[in-house]
Amino acid sequence: MGVKYWVAVLGLGLSLATALPLRAADLPSYNLSVKDGRFMPEKLEVPAGQKFKLIVRNEGSGPEEFESSDLNREKIITAGKSAVIFIGPLKPGTYGFYGEFHPKTARGQIVAK
Amino acid sequence: MLATAIIVFREVLEAALVIGIVLAATQGLARRNVWVSLGIVAGIAGAGLVALFADVISAALAGAGQEVFNSGILLFAVVMLGWHNVWMRRHGREMAQQMRDVGQAIKVGDRSMYMLAVVVGLAVLREGSEVVLFLYGIAVAQQDSSRLMISGGLLGLLSGAAMGLLMYRGLLRISSRYLFTVTTWLITLLAAGMAAQAAGFLTQADLLPPLVQSMWDTSSILAQSSIPGRVLQTLVGYVDHPNGMQVLFYAATLVSIAVLMRLYGNAPSTKVQTVNALGT
Repeated sequence: MGVKYWVAVLGLGLSLATALPLRAADLPSYNLSVKDGRFMPEKLEVPAGQKFKLIVRNEGSGPEEFESSDLNREKIITAGKSAVIFIGPLKPGTYGFYGEFHPKTARGQIVAK
Repeated sequence: MLATAIIVFREVLEAALVIGIVLAATQGLARRNVWVSLGIVAGIAGAGLVALFADVISAALAGAGQEVFNSGILLFAVVMLGWHNVWMRRHGREMAQQMRDVGQAIKVGDRSMYMLAVVVGLAVLREGSEVVLFLYGIAVAQQDSSRLMISGGLLGLLSGAAMGLLMYRGLLRISSRYLFTVTTWLITLLAAGMAAQAAGFLTQADLLPPLVQSMWDTSSILAQSSIPGRVLQTLVGYVDHPNGMQVLFYAATLVSIAVLMRLYGNAPSTKVQTVNALGT
């Protein structure tokens, strides 16, 4: 496996990355902020049966990881940045999420109605 | 301190298990430890870089950078793992013969370790970058004194490594007649699980449709967020409520590796026969 092989692998990876359709879907979006181990709001209501964008803004001084096993989602958000996470459509119910880097205090729920 | 240790442990666990399996799969190969160490060192360096450029990665590709990056790394590791299985199936016997000669053993070891060293490096890079970001966060927020943070981090790292060691030692207890079959299966399942994880990232970024939101839900029996859940997630790709795309990726990887091993794994090696013929 020489240089050619790696060039091919890299080329394939890059073309895949750029060819992916980056759909800026017009979905409803909901905002959440996290600051030093606390989410705001800690309870977020969303309509059930509809896909939506969750925009999580990290207003704290350090990075945080939004994580939810209920929603099957995980994403790191560095300080001062926002992250978009696509969720749903959800069945009616309560879905917990937490900040992996502050699992004791950073906890919240998404309630789909 | 304990909180720090637990979080670091959870992150280190996956990489440690991967290393444990790789070590068992390469038992007896010359310079194996050199290759695995190289993988770990490169992974740690990579983890630092990824953490340093976390902002850039996240902002890339209209905000989908992190998901594409993670899934890219996972899928690359899947290819390496699959390739390793095919390669070992094809050259295993030839290797066993060549390994009697010390000089040959080193060459053979290098050839077969190459792909798995990359897998080790990628696993360390992915999990390690999260550890680096997490520790950086603690340092910035000054929640803990730096001494507590370092001891917590070390405790987590050591316990994670201990799990990897347990995995390795456990596998070595298997009779050497079956060890190769077992590690081949473990590597296949590892690959399938990584593919499912990659599919999860791509659906999260809305680049792939989930097909079905939740194929089943076994979170009440074994939660994925629990430590046993995490271990099983790494080993066999356990997801407590996977979406359709994850199941599809999982199955496709299992089938692809099995088919490729059949198609390309059994070709007779004429080279060895010639060498043997010349030798006698």
